[in-house]
Amino acid sequence: MVLQWWFDQAARRAGTSGAAAIAGIANAWELAVTREEWRQATENMASGGGRLIALWASNGESGESTVRAAFLADTGLLVLRLPLDRSDPCYPGIEHAFPAAMRMQRAIADLCGLRSTGVDPRPWLRHVAWPASFQPLRDAVVPVLASPPAIDDYAFVPVEGEGVHEIAVGPVHAGIIEPGHFRFSIVGEKVLRLEQRLGYTHKGIERRFSELPLLEGHRLAARVCGDSTVAFSWAYCQALEGMSAARVPPRALWLRALALELERLANHLGDLGALGNDAGFAVGLAQFSRLKEQLLRATEQAFGQRYLFDLVVPGGTRVDLSISGATGIVDCIHSIAAEVATLRTIYDEHAGVRDRFVGAGIVTPTLAAKLGVMGLAGRASGQGFDLRCDLPWAPYTDLAPKKFVRTEGDVAARVAVRFDEVTESIRLITHVVQQLPDGGHHWPVAAPQSGDWGLGLIEGWRGPVLLALEAGDAGSIRRCHPHDPSWQNWPVLEHAIIDNIVPDFPLINKSFNLSYSGHDL
Amino acid sequence: MWKTLRQIQRAGIPTEPAPSVDETLRVAEALQARIAEVLGRALCIRAIDAGSCNGCELEIQALGNPLYNIEALGIRFVASPRHADLLMVTGPVSRNMEVALRRTYEATPDPKLVVAIGDCGCSGGIFGEGYATRGRVSNVIPVDVAVPGCPPSPRQILAGILTAISGAAPAASTSRNAP
Repeated sequence: MVLQWWFDQAARRAGTSGAAAIAGIANAWELAVTREEWRQATENMASGGGRLIALWASNGESGESTVRAAFLADTGLLVLRLPLDRSDPCYPGIEHAFPAAMRMQRAIADLCGLRSTGVDPRPWLRHVAWPASFQPLRDAVVPVLASPPAIDDYAFVPVEGEGVHEIAVGPVHAGIIEPGHFRFSIVGEKVLRLEQRLGYTHKGIERRFSELPLLEGHRLAARVCGDSTVAFSWAYCQALEGMSAARVPPRALWLRALALELERLANHLGDLGALGNDAGFAVGLAQFSRLKEQLLRATEQAFGQRYLFDLVVPGGTRVDLSISGATGIVDCIHSIAAEVATLRTIYDEHAGVRDRFVGAGIVTPTLAAKLGVMGLAGRASGQGFDLRCDLPWAPYTDLAPKKFVRTEGDVAARVAVRFDEVTESIRLITHVVQQLPDGGHHWPVAAPQSGDWGLGLIEGWRGPVLLALEAGDAGSIRRCHPHDPSWQNWPVLEHAIIDNIVPDFPLINKSFNLSYSGHDL
Repeated sequence: MWKTLRQIQRAGIPTEPAPSVDETLRVAEALQARIAEVLGRALCIRAIDAGSCNGCELEIQALGNPLYNIEALGIRFVASPRHADLLMVTGPVSRNMEVALRRTYEATPDPKLVVAIGDCGCSGGIFGEGYATRGRVSNVIPVDVAVPGCPPSPRQILAGILTAISGAAPAASTSRNAP
């Protein structure tokens, strides 16, 4: 059996209880499988070049549970659904085929109490603040919790040998960035091993979703990961609108694409500045942060917000774009385009910057394929996949965005992909503003029926953002799982740093710029 | 090198001008005078993300760009709480960050100020209090000033810093709560 066989199975069984087309996404299927099929299908996905997008579980009200794995192939999206009965809730781990699944399986054990056959029994998102006996997504009643919690003693993997020592960094970091812990095992300046520990910003987002009405969940989705607020809120709305077969005005879809590209542009400009700074080129930070500020101000002029929290709402967008707002954005990005072209030449010709960028933190295409690197970092390591191009959704079906792929896999490649994507986003923004369809920007949406299930899939600036949504009774949310591509890319950073020197870590880390909050949930 | 210098020259100094017409700068000027009066030559800030979505961090970072140019006002973000006069904390405080936040607070020498940033830092925001969060920053460490917003703009954050060091009577929502 091969990858395509499973897609064919899903298409053939669609409409029965065993399979269904996922509304709102082209060529997306859900397929119920047995344990044996689960094993076989995941192996076929891996050998056929499929990518693991997300792995999550749900606890039913009567004790039954479900594990789902979402895979992206070049031809579409397949979600495997494995029902688990109460007597045997252990499910087959898939980390041998998809190494990134290991942490997701640990998170499922922490939150849903479902164990996999995976080899790492350590908790992941649960530190010591709540007991292992409490499963936040299964148990209704929260036990009395100690404050402050006890001191944590996590079992990092030790590295032994002559001259090996450890550097512990975090969770409070030295810059204005999110918290996490990095444990380096080093000899001299050379990194032998990095082990990450995340989960510090775990806010109980998935449980919180189930306390909100379906038609308000987009506000929480917008706050899963603040730098990707448009991507997550769009994914939420896409899932909701797919479930309720809602029609969204074309103008709203184009406005959402405008917002998504503004978000991509703002993040890329910020990163390009920070990367220059981390390479010792402070001028880069000053110039790019100035351009980013100009963009945020134009965004505020157009939409009333610098960052577009809550712009994307079920059924459309919260506000429309005025002519003056549109003109402001176009003027701003044209001046940015000219300056970015100059700055790119400066970065490319600066010996000191090149010396730090080239050859730092290499992830080869082979390794990238094995680890399933997502999004921008993947495209810098030969993984030529971009949802906007390969599985486009409206309005990207009409925009024909270009995809940029490099194979060097180093910091310089991740910088180059950002530069290319800045130019392309500027082109897309100009096009969207000029061709913006007339009409309303919001049509009402009815809450889906209890038991309905939907999916959102959006290429955010980091990579594909997935959001799975299940409707409960009376317009409530039964289950919502948001998934950031940082889940897949954090373990890649552990590999990228091997044999590099400690002082290059901030640079290499920034070249990925992964999310903590989007991962910790 | 020539291109770099030309780019710097062309970009000029975009730091926002004219205190008499720009309210933000008038505030900033007052801020600088007040820093000099209270703390000598500079104010050192340690930023702590105690569980934020990263939105507030982006706006705190923006204070360093050439338009706000916070360093020119004598304000610096430092890498250790031991160097800090003021802690700038974003929230909601996750239970997994509670110990780290308390330790950072304890490691900061007295006298110290705490500014909570964002709706979540002020009230717990949309996340509230639950099995994973303690909610507002003042549930965990004493807070002098709380700046609401989701996220607050760089100007609002700057105003929060000014309020903290001016020692004005705190409003009800910003009262100094012992944990």
